[in-house]
Amino acid sequence: MSEQMSDDDERQQSPPSDLDFTSNKARTCIVTGSVSGHTEFQSPYPDQVLENVLENVLHFLTSRRDRNTASLVCKSWYRVEALTRSELFIGNCYAVSPARATARFTRVRALHLKGRPRFADFNLMPPDWGAHFNPWVLAFAKACPWLEKVYLKRMSVTDDDLATLAESFLGFKELVLVCCDGFGTGGLSIFVSKCRKLKVLDLIESEVSDDETDWILCFPEGESHLESLIFDCVEYPINFEALERLVARSPSLKKLKLNRYVSIGQLYRLMVQAPQLTHLGTGSFSPSEIAGQGDQEPDYVTAFAACKSLVCLSGFREIIPDYLPAIYPICANLTSLNFSYANITAEQLKPIISNCHKLQVFWVLDSICDEGLQAVAATCKELRELRVFPVDAREDSDGPVSEVGFQAISEGCRKLQSILYFCQRMTNAAVIAMSRNCPDLVVFRLCIMGRHRPDHVTGEPMDDGFGAIVMNCKKLTRLAVSGLLTDKAFDYIGRYGKLVRTLSVAFAGDSDMALKYVLEGCPQLQKLEIRDSPFGDAALCSGLHHYYNMRFLWMSSCRLTYQGCQQIARAMPRLVVEVIRSADEEEMDVCVQTLYMYRSLEGPRNDAPKFVTIL
Amino acid sequence: MEVGRKMANMLGTEHDLNFKETELCLGLPGGIAVVAAGNETESSSSPKTNGKRGFSETVDLKLNLQSKESTMDLNKNLDDNGSKEKSGSAKDPAKPPAKAQVVGWPPVRSYRKNIMANQKNSSEESGNSGAALVKVSMDGAPYLRKVDLKMYKSYQELSDALAKMFSSFTMGNYGPQGMIDFMNESKLMDLLNSSDYVPSYEDKDGDWMLVGDVPWQMFVDSCKRLRIMKGSEAIGLAPRAMEKCKSRA
Repeated sequence: MSEQMSDDDERQQSPPSDLDFTSNKARTCIVTGSVSGHTEFQSPYPDQVLENVLENVLHFLTSRRDRNTASLVCKSWYRVEALTRSELFIGNCYAVSPARATARFTRVRALHLKGRPRFADFNLMPPDWGAHFNPWVLAFAKACPWLEKVYLKRMSVTDDDLATLAESFLGFKELVLVCCDGFGTGGLSIFVSKCRKLKVLDLIESEVSDDETDWILCFPEGESHLESLIFDCVEYPINFEALERLVARSPSLKKLKLNRYVSIGQLYRLMVQAPQLTHLGTGSFSPSEIAGQGDQEPDYVTAFAACKSLVCLSGFREIIPDYLPAIYPICANLTSLNFSYANITAEQLKPIISNCHKLQVFWVLDSICDEGLQAVAATCKELRELRVFPVDAREDSDGPVSEVGFQAISEGCRKLQSILYFCQRMTNAAVIAMSRNCPDLVVFRLCIMGRHRPDHVTGEPMDDGFGAIVMNCKKLTRLAVSGLLTDKAFDYIGRYGKLVRTLSVAFAGDSDMALKYVLEGCPQLQKLEIRDSPFGDAALCSGLHHYYNMRFLWMSSCRLTYQGCQQIARAMPRLVVEVIRSADEEEMDVCVQTLYMYRSLEGPRNDAPKFVTIL
Repeated sequence: MEVGRKMANMLGTEHDLNFKETELCLGLPGGIAVVAAGNETESSSSPKTNGKRGFSETVDLKLNLQSKESTMDLNKNLDDNGSKEKSGSAKDPAKPPAKAQVVGWPPVRSYRKNIMANQKNSSEESGNSGAALVKVSMDGAPYLRKVDLKMYKSYQELSDALAKMFSSFTMGNYGPQGMIDFMNESKLMDLLNSSDYVPSYEDKDGDWMLVGDVPWQMFVDSCKRLRIMKGSEAIGLAPRAMEKCKSRA
């Protein structure tokens, strides 16, 4: 991603040109490099030419893995790579401090930060654990005011942070908050009112508190640069008239995802203003309560038909299925369809899905049953990603989907790359079939909701099914297992899952051997999250050789002790070993409730709450 | 299914209702057969109602208007932290006994769980076990009302309730002649040619029908919306109903 410095807004300070930044001081090449770098002018030396060339070349390097590799070649490459990196990705916000990051990378335009571990989403960790955006925004405000884009996942963002973003970064363009919390409509109001160049505001599955401020009204008057506005997770009514005016004055708007307080009638009015949309979240997709006498309903079909560029459709938060036929005109163009909040039956799905020949991404509820999945398999030959969520997320409820739908998908959608499937029962045969039919699988996440549930036909553990997946799907990098699993399943994973980077384990395995197999066998393993499995200190020790290569390890409700964890902490100084108890537990127990450990350059963090002990 | 209903007052006749009923028996889409209980008259199988039409001049059928289900309680707090009762699941008995409640399992984010729980509750409220709310509009009245069809056991009761609701607008015409005598063609045509009001309803297929053509329970299950219109406007609905009536005779 090559960024032109001269395109900056005149009010915005441009980053220092490299000609000024000459330094003969040695910099260590390893990541724990020093932070020196005062500039002094010297006449250009021969290496300078090389560095200029290098800089121009490295501008083209976009992949962060390639960049990390390039930075290790020599000091010169390290320096130049740091100057040319415009997008900074930090997978664990505690792995490196804001100060260190801003010192090394001085010209960053985009910052991508991830905070809490994923299992925090399932209430396995008390709130207020950490992952605050505040120190980052302050550091970048000082050191990197040309920052334009911020992507945060699972971080805590306050209203003040939003204000700082808007006030300190004059050319700020894009804010994407995924699974974040800590802010409210008040913060949003300040943010949108001050960010005059805002192009993207995406709030995805985040928790937004209601400060009773009308944040939509706070968008500045006049033509807006908005290209994407996503707020479907905001659980409060918005000022629709203000939104309508905003959409009308946003000619570049391509992505609009409404929340469930927008009725279908209001959706119509917006669509008429913005037929250029490519991504649409429909809001409630049902009429509002207030009905006028003799309501003449608008022509929804025509409104959809006018959106000729629409490729991604979602929403349907309170769907009245009678309105579904309105989307017929665009089905043939859709590449992404998210029905995961729409409680519809197979019969209601079929007329839609039978036209979606180009569909690549499909999220849906299990209310469509195996029959609905069969319909998907019959038509969606281009399907790459499927997610089937449960309407009733309990262990013992009826399962509308099973191995029947699963196998049908595997037979019909041969190009499948990613699957997330919640069900009550499954068979090894179906999983094996998918491993053979869909060799391109990169992500395989099967959640059999009943804990320890075996193959419901043979009564066998699910070892062979998951074994087949790691054996046959040679591109697999992400795996989530479930059902009754013995150590054998993990033996398979260790032996064949050579590319696996992320592994999720719950209620599985018989002994320490299972964890050993994985830690010893999977060289690419970076993220390992385990809950309620019988793995103890010995198993933990078997991964010492590998933990510095990993982003994190999470183990909750396993068989770890303080002593065991302490051993690890002593053996590995650059690991932060956090023991987390539930918020009401005062005493430190012998047994560790939750272990969360991660590599870090900074040592123990200084913002840990009371319920976290860092060993 | 309850098949008997009293329409005597409304019809102003002394007809035996079961007899009347088997004459009409328009089946629900899908052809559910209705058998007149304890009645020697023929049981009528109901053909697919493809004859239903009418009203297309006056209502935009494209949209399949449906009454909004009952209001959801949007403030319901159902964040139950994923803890669930563990009932007997298929388990290897050698495994240690499971905890009664498991936090965070299955791994569905609370956000999604809450949304689905909210939706489920709303549909349960308006489903078979709950209310059957339908909007009622009356030509000339500036507002809509809503009635819960489950609150009434017969057309008579419904008719009385509607009369009370819209009393200021009926000018006394909505009453005994309010419900239609389908058997008597001349009476029907008189009614429809008059300025009296007749109730019509939109069924599951989106077709507009005259109220009173099917047994009460069937009506409750299929009625999505009510409209009280002048008899002269309802003329379009009548011929089909009459045809059906005759075809069963």
